[in-house]
Amino acid sequence: MNFKFALFFGLTVAVGAPAFAQKAVEAPGGKHAKDAEQMFRTSFRADNPKYWMTRLEQDETMKTCLQYRDNPPRKIGEKLERLNAATIRYPVDGKLIGDWKEGEKLAAVGTGGHIGFIQPDPAGRVRGGNCYACHELAKKEIAFGTIGPSLREFGKIRGKDDDTIKYVYDKIYNSNAFSACTNMPRFGLHSWLTPEQITHIVAFLIDPESPVNKD
Amino acid sequence: MIRRLMKTLVGAAVLAAFAGGVAAQDSKVADELAKYREALADGNPADLLEVKGEGLWAEKRGPKNASLEQCDLGQGPGKVDGAYAALPKYFKDTNKVMDVESRLVHCMVTLQGFTQAEVTKQWFSRPGKDSDIEALVTFIGAKSNGMKINAPATHPEEAKMAKMGEYIFYRRSGPQDFSCSICHGQEGKRIRLQDLGNLTTKDGAGFAMKTWPSYRVSQGAVWTMQRRLIDCMRQARWPEPAYLADSIVALETYLQKTATGTVMETPGIKR
Repeated sequence: MNFKFALFFGLTVAVGAPAFAQKAVEAPGGKHAKDAEQMFRTSFRADNPKYWMTRLEQDETMKTCLQYRDNPPRKIGEKLERLNAATIRYPVDGKLIGDWKEGEKLAAVGTGGHIGFIQPDPAGRVRGGNCYACHELAKKEIAFGTIGPSLREFGKIRGKDDDTIKYVYDKIYNSNAFSACTNMPRFGLHSWLTPEQITHIVAFLIDPESPVNKD
Repeated sequence: MIRRLMKTLVGAAVLAAFAGGVAAQDSKVADELAKYREALADGNPADLLEVKGEGLWAEKRGPKNASLEQCDLGQGPGKVDGAYAALPKYFKDTNKVMDVESRLVHCMVTLQGFTQAEVTKQWFSRPGKDSDIEALVTFIGAKSNGMKINAPATHPEEAKMAKMGEYIFYRRSGPQDFSCSICHGQEGKRIRLQDLGNLTTKDGAGFAMKTWPSYRVSQGAVWTMQRRLIDCMRQARWPEPAYLADSIVALETYLQKTATGTVMETPGIKR
């Protein structure tokens, strides 16, 4: 019985593997991927400052996500998740939940970080989390996007224990620590938000007094 | 033009009805929609630019004192009808895949004797500074109105360009980990209140591509596809591509290939 099962299993894998390999989606660009990378890199204005051009660099996560169209095989996804989890840094005082009122402001700000010569952000413009671009949060804000899941009443539903607080902090700091190639940016990794700013957004999601958790 | 105006008026009525419900909830949204209504009431401002472009096309200009009437946009010299819908395309004389804007600039340089720098200096308009390219592209685009997008990328160079466009579409980088696909690779999503098309499908790419060039109410100007895609890269927080860069032409080739078969409705009007 065991032997039969093993034989059946082995055959299935043997037959299934090549079929699966054939079905696997081709990497974007196909055989032209190398040329495409070269072409992309040389398509920018020559007067872009060098420190702007560094924004085109790809780390291993970005390269792998491109290759698999953001849908890597689970084994490779897990590897990326471990890699990203190792990048997470915490505020010096160790406190992961801050002021929800500050978090509320950051969640609404969608500006900051635009470069180029046509319509750049003024120097020093506040960069926000721009959470509403993709998530539903407080009830009163109806202009929310749907790329990410609704986070309405997040704290009410998920609670405010230490594990949940840490999870939310980690997720905002580096979303790819949990689901490789997610659409969500890695706000902490790129220093888009400071650890302190992240604690404020954590509070906005979890604090029972936050409008996210009020009717 | 009359038919388009009628369509525009119907659109305005629908928008006005829609605005009624939202206005009470959010005055910012209402303000935006008011701007729409205002612009739509007089028809699409792009119609004026189309007329201007038609004039520029026929006018003798430049050091060679020539019109653009012998410009080959891919359908043969002087043939404008349907040209926009079939671009980008491989051109033997330049050995390049070119979009409508790079081909137009090529004609202005070779036929009229302008330098590329002169022609592209004002490649998009600013308040008080009109752009001849915007007007000409609006005119050329309108000459494909009602026709099917037909850019299947069958020539090997076009096929390669479409593949390279696909690569760029999925390529993630920058401080927000963005790619085109993040926002435009799924069905039925929106960013804030703005609906996002899935540009990987014929319907999604078709809906996006058929209305360009388009008058953008929020910008008070007609935007060409180059302008649109260069701004996408700004929103991705990347450095600025060069005007007419291959990366932009590649993305256009990829999108037009996907959109092939969709009937053009241009010039469009958008947020």
